[in-house]
Amino acid sequence: MSKYLLDKFLFTVDRDPELTERYREDPAGTVEWWEREMAGTLLNAIAAEKTTWLAFDDEERRALREHDHVALFQMGAHPFLTLTLFIAVFERDHGPLEYQKAYGKAMEHVTMPYPDITT
Amino acid sequence: MAELAAVIASTHHPFYYRASTATGADRPPFADEWVAKIERFRETLTAAEPDVLVMVGSDHFHQLWLDNMPQFLVGKAPFFDANWHNEEREFGLPRMTLRGEEDLAAHILRDGLDRDFDLAFSNELRIDHSITCPIITLRPEADLPIVPVYTNIFAPPMPQPKRFVQLGRALREMVESWESDKRVAIIGTGHLSLELGGPRQFGEHGPDPEFDRKAVEWIASGDIEGCLAEVTLESLHHPGNATHGFMDFMLMMGAAGEGQKADHVDTLDLFHTMEAYFTWYPNGVPSRGAAEVRS
Repeated sequence: MSKYLLDKFLFTVDRDPELTERYREDPAGTVEWWEREMAGTLLNAIAAEKTTWLAFDDEERRALREHDHVALFQMGAHPFLTLTLFIAVFERDHGPLEYQKAYGKAMEHVTMPYPDITT
Repeated sequence: MAELAAVIASTHHPFYYRASTATGADRPPFADEWVAKIERFRETLTAAEPDVLVMVGSDHFHQLWLDNMPQFLVGKAPFFDANWHNEEREFGLPRMTLRGEEDLAAHILRDGLDRDFDLAFSNELRIDHSITCPIITLRPEADLPIVPVYTNIFAPPMPQPKRFVQLGRALREMVESWESDKRVAIIGTGHLSLELGGPRQFGEHGPDPEFDRKAVEWIASGDIEGCLAEVTLESLHHPGNATHGFMDFMLMMGAAGEGQKADHVDTLDLFHTMEAYFTWYPNGVPSRGAAEVRS
């Protein structure tokens, strides 16, 4: 499991409007491309300076492909990153705060202690 | 030596800009009350007649990231561009450019290191809403130079709460030892109880009104010891999963001083979080706006 890589995906997709739209329209294809091309990229270095060992496990890959924010929360992905990206992806289809409240409700079965978000 | 003209602590609600500028059917029902409270709060800074703002905020994974995460970072640059794409997208925040105060930043870095705070520094920092929101609320002219100080309240492991208090105390001493005739305000923003991305998010009120009531009392009365006796990194998970931002309020309590009652205290029970605003005048309430300040 790589909480760091989950967070890296959420972080890089949330801050790039083209990637945000791409993830909205084609989540499975975006996750496959991102893991192949972007996962190893050091964020402050040229492409040749790649990390060689980072990869998702099957459940992480599935949760990202299916926009499954409940699973991401339960795996310990940083909740702020998940929230902001998924607001960008889904809020436009809903009334004011409707999506955010539904997002909370979808997790109401999750009780304290919440998963550790330490990477 | 520089004069500490005011110590100010508040929440940094990113919806304020949109709520306060909205008109007609888009204007939320709580906007007028919110604006009135902010305008009274703004007067507490205006009355202090500051020349420079030291601004304590928490980065929200904008420039600071898990590949190289500082705990406390001082921005030392002549200018700071501000607000990020995802803040424009989500909150409608405007792009801004703020001037830096490099001499004070250099002083804080040198003196802070000598006081055993291992401060990181940045010569190119794009700041985010934890610092631009108090600019929008307290100094919308955005005409004063700033020294941004970023804290990690987001990415475990984090410093202990007492470390935030200690840094606040030190920041005050460093401002007061700066060889300058400038008037400096220290402004910091944090949270009361807050949940983001979890089951308690976006409720009718903050996730833990009882914590909020106690927290406001600690801050308003300067009860640092009482606060430290109850607040730990572990306990802060209970009032809401984003409540570690309260440690930036604790930093500001350190800057204000043990037992120092705030000269201005106000709150607003807004949906999903309690807004809170505090101002201290270390050298006495300025005559201008005193009636407002004491309200």
